[in-house]
Amino acid sequence: MQNRNILGEDLARMLKGGVIMDVVTAEQAKIAEEAGACAVMALERVPSDIRAHGGVARMSDPQLIEEIQAAVSIPVMAKVRIGHTAEARILEELQIDFIDESEVLTPADPFAHIDKRPFKIPFVCGARNLGEALRRIDEGAAMIRTKGEAGTGNIVEAVRHWKQMRMDILSLKGMRSSLIKKFAQKERVPQELVLQVASMQRLPVVTFVAGGLATPADAVLMMSLGAEGVFVGSGIFKSGDPARVARAIVEATAHWNDAAVLARVSSGLGALMPGLEIGALPTKMQERGL
Amino acid sequence: MIGVLALQGDFAEHMDVLQALHAMAKEVRSITDLEGCSHLIIPGGESTVMARLMQSCGLWDCILDRAQKGDLAIFGTCAGAILLASEIHGKNAPPSLGLVDMTIDRNAYGSQLQSFHADMDLSTMGRVQCAFIRAPKIIRTGKAVETLATYEGNPVLVTQGRFLASTFHPEARGERAVHRMFMGL
Repeated sequence: MQNRNILGEDLARMLKGGVIMDVVTAEQAKIAEEAGACAVMALERVPSDIRAHGGVARMSDPQLIEEIQAAVSIPVMAKVRIGHTAEARILEELQIDFIDESEVLTPADPFAHIDKRPFKIPFVCGARNLGEALRRIDEGAAMIRTKGEAGTGNIVEAVRHWKQMRMDILSLKGMRSSLIKKFAQKERVPQELVLQVASMQRLPVVTFVAGGLATPADAVLMMSLGAEGVFVGSGIFKSGDPARVARAIVEATAHWNDAAVLARVSSGLGALMPGLEIGALPTKMQERGL
Repeated sequence: MIGVLALQGDFAEHMDVLQALHAMAKEVRSITDLEGCSHLIIPGGESTVMARLMQSCGLWDCILDRAQKGDLAIFGTCAGAILLASEIHGKNAPPSLGLVDMTIDRNAYGSQLQSFHADMDLSTMGRVQCAFIRAPKIIRTGKAVETLATYEGNPVLVTQGRFLASTFHPEARGERAVHRMFMGL
């Protein structure tokens, strides 16, 4: 496989078992770092606010990103609109550590994602199923996350996307080469990439979950399903006690196999972010960028 | 038995290397897990995250106590090397175990854009593929510390007693030589 961002894939490996937290200010970034975030995601508004306030959601102001970079020592990620190569160039210029080409922001290109291969900086992209994940990897993504449904505090779509991906991968096991070829054609991805997934029985890059995680138990549910780490967006800074909720999610994620830890950290967390029913949403972010 | 600290980071890659070497290995997330381990690997990841989690589950004091008694050999890669150092430079530094007399500068090379791969000739181990990912730099070593490899003038693999620290990741590329050496400590 050429065109892989191997160094980016290595950085993704270092993030495993960790919690990547959305932050909108340098102060929030510091709270996240102190609570044990393995990286922070700098953005202009958390997904639940994007949902509530509407309008076009864009990349954050570079000044804000630089303030966040100056405030923390852990990796800093930031979001760009799907297909917005110029926003990605800005982030590369800022020497950010990872770019999230994200459906949470308003898509910029209705036809294509960013060609990520010419970038030195690694990309993480969202996916709802194996086809989407492989298209993103073929475009050069160094890490994949589920899309889930961001800003809802509702885990159901993250579970759906994770399980769908697992089922898709499982269905490739022992598949005849003619059917592998058909699958690759249907999904518009190279056959060798499909063959690799069929034999490894996993994606060739680190895979996190994102979209709707709001509690320590949500993180544990996803880790127990095999996720390699979690993104938490609105769930932390839309809760009553962000530092405490952040610490609890970090600890629960690390000790996902220990129910005693989960019970302890889940206790008395106070007000968690209010949740939304998926069926009642006017905009489904997950349907952007397929 | 070799334990691999499995709170955060690329512990699975270390487990893969140990498995390839047919070593007895297990993941360590609690004090109970550490019992019966003669060796411990602190993997790559975020040192701030690992330090916090080691402290909250009691492993920090337990590791420190056993290491100081000479009862536990430790190999730290990247974030693990940072935690082993006696002195850590850079903003928001985590606490250190202080087991290796050296000063280490966190993320000294810069951001991910400065991450790199290098093939290095290690006198005792031959050619080793090394990944430096947002790597720290060892900027001082004490008299008791032996430098086993340098890159552009800075030590990248050092040892003191039963402790081994590398600023790079041999595990990321499935490199086995450094782990094999650690198993002999």
